[in-house]
Amino acid sequence: MATTRTIRRVYLDYSATTPVAPEVKQALEPFLTETYGNAASLHSFGREAAAALDEAHRVVSCAIGARASEIVFTGCGTESDNLALRGVAFAARQRGRGNHIISAPTEHHAVEGTLHQLQDVFGFEVTMLPVDGCGRVDPDDVRRAIRPDTVLVSVMTANNEVGTLEPVAAIGRICRERGIPFHTDAVQCPAYLPIDVEELNVDLMALSSHKFYGPKGVGVLYIRDGTPYIPTLTGGGHERGRRAGTVNVAGAVATAAAIKYVAGQRQEQAARLQRLRDQLIAGILAAVPDARVSGHPQNRLPHHASFVFKGVDGETLLMALDVEGIAVSTGSACASGDPEPSPVLLAMGIPREWALGGLRVSLGYHTTDEEIAYVVEKLPRCVEQVRRSMADF
Amino acid sequence: MTDARPQMSGSKARVVVAMSGGVDSSVAAALLVEQGYDVIGIMLRLWAEPASGAGPQHANRCCAPEAVADARAIARQLGIPFYDIHAESVFKEKVVDPWIRAYGEATTPNPCFNCNRSIRFGFLMQRALALGADFLATGHYARIAVTQSESASVNPDQPPVRYRLLKGVDAKKDQSYVLHVLGQRDLARALFPCGDFTKQQVREMARRFGLPTAERAESQDLCFLTQGDYRGFLLRQAPGIATPGPILNTRGEVIGQHEGLPFYTIGQRRGLNIAPQSARAEALYVLRLDSARNAVIVGPADALGVQQIVVRRMHYVSGEAPEGPLRCNAKVRYKAREAACTLTPLPGGDAQIVFDEPQRDATPGQGLVAYDGDEVIGGGVIARDA
Repeated sequence: MATTRTIRRVYLDYSATTPVAPEVKQALEPFLTETYGNAASLHSFGREAAAALDEAHRVVSCAIGARASEIVFTGCGTESDNLALRGVAFAARQRGRGNHIISAPTEHHAVEGTLHQLQDVFGFEVTMLPVDGCGRVDPDDVRRAIRPDTVLVSVMTANNEVGTLEPVAAIGRICRERGIPFHTDAVQCPAYLPIDVEELNVDLMALSSHKFYGPKGVGVLYIRDGTPYIPTLTGGGHERGRRAGTVNVAGAVATAAAIKYVAGQRQEQAARLQRLRDQLIAGILAAVPDARVSGHPQNRLPHHASFVFKGVDGETLLMALDVEGIAVSTGSACASGDPEPSPVLLAMGIPREWALGGLRVSLGYHTTDEEIAYVVEKLPRCVEQVRRSMADF
Repeated sequence: MTDARPQMSGSKARVVVAMSGGVDSSVAAALLVEQGYDVIGIMLRLWAEPASGAGPQHANRCCAPEAVADARAIARQLGIPFYDIHAESVFKEKVVDPWIRAYGEATTPNPCFNCNRSIRFGFLMQRALALGADFLATGHYARIAVTQSESASVNPDQPPVRYRLLKGVDAKKDQSYVLHVLGQRDLARALFPCGDFTKQQVREMARRFGLPTAERAESQDLCFLTQGDYRGFLLRQAPGIATPGPILNTRGEVIGQHEGLPFYTIGQRRGLNIAPQSARAEALYVLRLDSARNAVIVGPADALGVQQIVVRRMHYVSGEAPEGPLRCNAKVRYKAREAACTLTPLPGGDAQIVFDEPQRDATPGQGLVAYDGDEVIGGGVIARDA
């Protein structure tokens, strides 16, 4: 009796996750069944795995302008952020360097939640920088916020919710002048923007494999050699003592394959997706009254469109779109039935009645012109439907 | 189905089903899928009292994690989209808080009325319409009948059809009592697929559809009480709601002490702290809660009967009060027996109900629901000074 709905399905949530590329799957598979050794083992099985892991370090490091020794494979992007922030904060505490951390209210939960714990449980003091209407941090504000006891600055490379690119290179330069370790969450970037730790002037950087056509369950943490760091995942000496735990060799190999895969087509895809993204934005703004783009209009991730719709509950809009087969997301997590506006949008100064209706449409390598046309056709009707229902009650 | 709705033109009609993971709502969803509707399942996450200490996380019984998993699995089996939506704060505000306040006003409230009015046919209906649904379905045992309005030719402003709320076919499971709060606009958009069947038949259909038939343990407790009885809940949520005071007999003599009016309800016999010397051969029951004197009035069983009741803001399913006194049946609690009465609308929207015979346990705060045969006329909350 299962009469599965036969509707068109359109995936436009590539900022949430991406499908594993065929090349990546192919690279990964032998490491599940054939080359299964533990990279920490002395014997030939271990050596095979260790060699593959060394190569994965090398490939990933080259892709971001780092050295192989500066790459740590982790369990996910969130773990990379956790290890980076706690690692640097604890090292500073150990050396009595100070207690002060600088960040922004637009950071991903992985950073925000970790900073909250450092503040509430470990007694660090966190300064939240202001952001402008596009969600951008002003490097001069970083300069002003730095104190003699500042031990860490963390500002993301690109915002997951509104797509805005942060002036990371400028912030990194300021931090370097003052000798303060600078961390960036660059999880949203590798598939769509070149990222180079030298150009960005960062000391620590978090990446996540599944955001760039690799598998879930693998993250990358870049730690510049010489950065004070204490491992918070303790145990064996894996990953040069910076992240204990048997390394996911298959995941590391897959991550290396994925970063090669995106490097090969990033430029071309970014141009294509930016064109499609701009068509989408133009189509939506023309068809939906009281709609705005959130985040920076130009200085944003090329595959990323985000909107706010006045008087619309974003979560309900997501469902209405899902019923039409369109998979997108919202930044405002509705946790109680009282729709709560997104803190990121509020920090950008977007009024509450707009901030409830945040919507993120993120395109990817498999996105087609037809899919964008389908969304431009359906989305205005869904917004209208949600607005009408809200007016009714 | 009794409900012969006008066919939706064009594409097939879309229905949101309020799913609980239980048999009734699952069969409701399966029936609608079978009938060719475009079905969407939604489960609401409702508020429950937070767990104290380090025990397992308590959840509202309507939507415990296992129930969400069950409903999701059933939706997957039926091939329909499924969403669980957080409704905790709106449920707290519209259902739990007024329920607590009503106890503070020396009444014994029924939270299910506000839940149906504000949560199911308010919050959830709005979400359903937002998803483009034409109908909201629930697993309630009740029926909707559509008739041509007699006044249609007389008054052109009247809608051409009238929706009547009827009891479910299964008299033992009938839930029309808790649905009396619905009006024409709600019924026009409501479907109750289980109402035409007995519970036995619903169970058989569940088997036929290959759906789980196990019933969650039924409980007399309210869904948001996670730690035993309502008395402790009230004290935790509204400290100061209960002030000890005297227990009086019908002659106004103090014969004991009570622990606070919210802990007593009409007809209650047990748990009365009456001094032994005043104990008599005759059993004593709570007759009235006198909030002005903060007193519990007790008396013998034969003093429990009430013949005349005032209902505040009587709601009529048809949307219109009768023009004069109306002979009908009414019941004063969900599980009470219906009894013959005369209903007279009062100016200002209240109604007076005079039963032919005295009714036991007519309790301020509980709902009185009036019926004409199988049809719900309407209902309202029994006034305190009945």
